[in-house]
Amino acid sequence: MDNLIEIRWHGRGGQGAKTASLLLADAAFNTGKYIQGFPEYGPERMGAPITAYNRISSSPITIHSNIYEPDYVVVVDDTLLESVKVTAGLKETGAIIINTTKPANYLKEVLKDYKGSIYTIDARKISEQTLGKYFPNTPMLASIVKVSGIMSDEALLEDMKGSFKHKFAKKPEVIEGNMKALEMALKEVKKI
Amino acid sequence: MSIRERLSGNEAAATAMKQINPDVVAAFPITPSTEIPQYFSTFVANGTVDTEFVAVESEHSAMSACIGAQAAGARAMTATSANGLSLMWEMIYIASSLRLPIVLSLVNRAVSGPLNIHNDHSDAMGVRDSGWIMLFSENNQEAYDNTLMAHRIAEHKDVMLPLMICQDGFITSHSIENIELEEDDKVKEFVGEYHPEHFLLNKKEPIAVGPLDVQSYLFEHKAQQAQAMKNAKKVILEVAKDFEKMTGRKYGFFEEYKLEDAEVAVVCMNSTAGTTKYVVNKLREQGIKAGLLKVRVYRPFPAEEIAEALGHLKAIAIFDKADSLNAAGGALFEDVVSSMYVNQKNVPAVNYVYGIGGRDTKADDIEKVYIELLEIAKNGKVENPYRYFGLRKEGENNAL
Repeated sequence: MDNLIEIRWHGRGGQGAKTASLLLADAAFNTGKYIQGFPEYGPERMGAPITAYNRISSSPITIHSNIYEPDYVVVVDDTLLESVKVTAGLKETGAIIINTTKPANYLKEVLKDYKGSIYTIDARKISEQTLGKYFPNTPMLASIVKVSGIMSDEALLEDMKGSFKHKFAKKPEVIEGNMKALEMALKEVKKI
Repeated sequence: MSIRERLSGNEAAATAMKQINPDVVAAFPITPSTEIPQYFSTFVANGTVDTEFVAVESEHSAMSACIGAQAAGARAMTATSANGLSLMWEMIYIASSLRLPIVLSLVNRAVSGPLNIHNDHSDAMGVRDSGWIMLFSENNQEAYDNTLMAHRIAEHKDVMLPLMICQDGFITSHSIENIELEEDDKVKEFVGEYHPEHFLLNKKEPIAVGPLDVQSYLFEHKAQQAQAMKNAKKVILEVAKDFEKMTGRKYGFFEEYKLEDAEVAVVCMNSTAGTTKYVVNKLREQGIKAGLLKVRVYRPFPAEEIAEALGHLKAIAIFDKADSLNAAGGALFEDVVSSMYVNQKNVPAVNYVYGIGGRDTKADDIEKVYIELLEIAKNGKVENPYRYFGLRKEGENNAL
């Protein structure tokens, strides 16, 4: 499989990690890629740790197992850092992206077994500023696209504009806020 | 031109049903197949299809309603999983014995108990001898394609048997993947209209459906059902040929993946075949002659053809995603080894029960199986034919 990129999402039930993985699959599909987007279903309930996955490749994907050696990990909720081994199998050539305001020295300490790059984003701030509510998945989607380089910023914005129009056909007032959230996140995600 | 899309396996099945536009769909929701009738009911509500949707109160009623509709002369479809199929069980046999070509989308899930909503094949294996044609699907594309071919096979005058299309619960039913869809008018033309020879609402030919069938008849009727299943083999291949003309996608009884020059091979069904292909490619890069036989048509079982395709190997492993709990092998294993014995192909064979209750099927585990097969190929001996992979050993921690 040429250029196969594997991504694992960690979040808590209700935060939209599954939706974010499906949105990423959609966006990559629209750039001509082969994609997989799938959650790991468990006894789900609000607040419980959940995992979702993406595979993105330029050739057909046949493998149908979970992802054990991801290129990237996205952590939607930083309270998971101390309870879930989020870096398990994560390639050191890849990166972990965390939605957090915690200081760099704390993150480095809690992830001390991981030698690859660590990126952070304050998705709560972005979401609350642009949407007036806490929906971290849109900023996290922009962050993983930025860090992984799956597609250009422009391609993402263009594609998501179309997706949001479709997704929020019945509440168009949230489209602009979501677009702003993407733009802000593309600028604010940073390596520590 | 095919249409490039991305859909989950459930969306793929529902899309095929929309394009088929059957007369009747009767269904009761059960995870992980719930989305199929859910999506379909929106097509009904939107007027995209003109199907009569019957929201029944149980799966027993769902199959009963399909039987009633199909016997009346309509084309009926349904979808279910696991315990839903268990509750249909009585009617499953009635459908096939009344020779009603109902089409069912079975999203495979472990049959309770204890309660588990995840994938294995215990639901399908429970009805393997009920007289239904059974097609298995590696991914969303095959779930879609098999559904488009279903009616042409089931309704053929030499067949007239119900048919179920299986796909793996969650693994493919809830995974978004690329898919090639066909245009509505092409599907409509391919599937064609249903004109049964005999049906209840034919006022020119009053008939009874399902009367008492005593000692002097049932045996002959069962033999006719068995003959219809044999006839289905020819029809399945003819329909696949027409389907290939329309789509370019080729189907047979099974897919042989790098099997021709292989020395060791795995036999399996559904999504595991995709993961096995990944492993075969990896092993081929290391110079190991690994192959795969993916069973698509499980009923009728293509015994002679499978024995022929596997006869040249030095060792084979047959994967069962359902444990028969019989102190011997799983169902697919028994089918394959009996086919080989009858057709005088003597190849060392081992059975692996795996993936029970949604236990993830890892590429690494499949790779280990091939390594064990190489060992068997070298010695020509099978010490223990009944094995597991992915099962925890005593004391091993249970983190997934």
